Amino acid sequence: MLIAEVGFAEATWILIVKALVIFAAVFAVAPVLTVVERKILGRFQARYGPNRVGPFGLLQPAADALKLIGKEQFEPRGALRLLYAAGPALVVFSGIATLAILPWGDVKNGVGFYGIDVSIGVLYFFAFGGLSFYGLLLGGWASGSKYSFLGAMRSAAQLISYEISMALALFGAILMAGTLSLTEIVHAQDDVWFVVPQFLGFLIFMVAGFAEANRAPFDLPEADAELVAGYQTEYGGMRWGSFMLAEYLEMFVISGIAATFFLGGWKGPGPGFLDPIWMLAKILGLMFLFFWVRATLPRVRYDQLMSFGWKVLLPLATLNALVTAVLVTVL
Amino acid sequence: MLRSYIPALVFIGLGAIVSSALVAVNAFLGRKRRTGTVKGDPYESGLPSEFSRTFRWGVSFYMVAMLFILFDIEVIFLYPVGVILNAADSVFVLAEILVFVALLLVALIYVWRRGALDWR
Repeated sequence: MLIAEVGFAEATWILIVKALVIFAAVFAVAPVLTVVERKILGRFQARYGPNRVGPFGLLQPAADALKLIGKEQFEPRGALRLLYAAGPALVVFSGIATLAILPWGDVKNGVGFYGIDVSIGVLYFFAFGGLSFYGLLLGGWASGSKYSFLGAMRSAAQLISYEISMALALFGAILMAGTLSLTEIVHAQDDVWFVVPQFLGFLIFMVAGFAEANRAPFDLPEADAELVAGYQTEYGGMRWGSFMLAEYLEMFVISGIAATFFLGGWKGPGPGFLDPIWMLAKILGLMFLFFWVRATLPRVRYDQLMSFGWKVLLPLATLNALVTAVLVTVL
Repeated sequence: MLRSYIPALVFIGLGAIVSSALVAVNAFLGRKRRTGTVKGDPYESGLPSEFSRTFRWGVSFYMVAMLFILFDIEVIFLYPVGVILNAADSVFVLAEILVFVALLLVALIYVWRRGALDWR
């Protein structure tokens, strides 16, 4: 069956508890990542990075959060009140909702180590991940500032341009696995990780992922050199913090999807209970790539960004899909 | 079984709660707002900010948005066929995919040649 059917569901209370556990675990890791990114960027530039608050600066996110909470609630004069608040809320909502799809392990002792494992699988990621587009567009448009407006329009055009290449890059892996369910895609990589036969797909997915998460070198929507801060120009306090939090969640989920589709998901040597650790290790490795690229590459120009998406990535992804389709049928 | 979607509902609920809390928290815990200042002006370097919500926006944006709809639907249509391709193992299914993608590639080359992909 192709429509919304799964093989396995536990008792209702286990379903609820495991969702809460995954949520708590991710939200324990996410603040640490903000510090790690700044420390890594610091090391790349031959400086220390944050190291004053707590041991090794590890309490920095707590200090940041306290500071952001202490700010006053601010709205620029021209803002549309409801949409201005809805912008950051939608972005965070999209980030949290997509967390449900990441698989952390197989079914063990009657408990599936994943949020949901449904046959629509990766379409759930695209559906809820796409919502963040509305957050940026509404937030920037409702701010009543031309820099926000320009940033919002840019981010909208950029997101929709790269989403196609992203989906097509996964199509090759889906052809090989013959399923949309993320756990079955991991099982399909028993022999060889898809990063080997689908290396082009992996590259396209990661590049499109950088653009989706608005990360350098594709952080044009917030390009501080030309647009002040893009769609977040008029935001402050925890509403601005929401955009930051959502950026890290989005990076986390994109890394998770890439690890699942191309790097064998939770697979790794060692006993079964290490599965979530392996998954986390792969996600963190891919996130290090995000930080590394940010420290290395300068920002591209906007027309370069758009033409790269439509004229390089999209034809390449289509070719990759076609060749994979032929090979899957012939072999 | 639809019951396996319950964790998704939990995540959606958590997302709604956390996002509304983050958006509203400054109104309760932050400093009180001082009004009657120029603080509410939108960002601009010294000049009065000119902004109108009826800004005309370049046609490239609408072009990209239309192309996005076209190609995103292509991808969504491809997914179900792609899922059965390996198991079906038939040249007919493969030919279907190839013809479908080829038609859209022609469309892409057409808009490319007409310059719709150049961001101006």
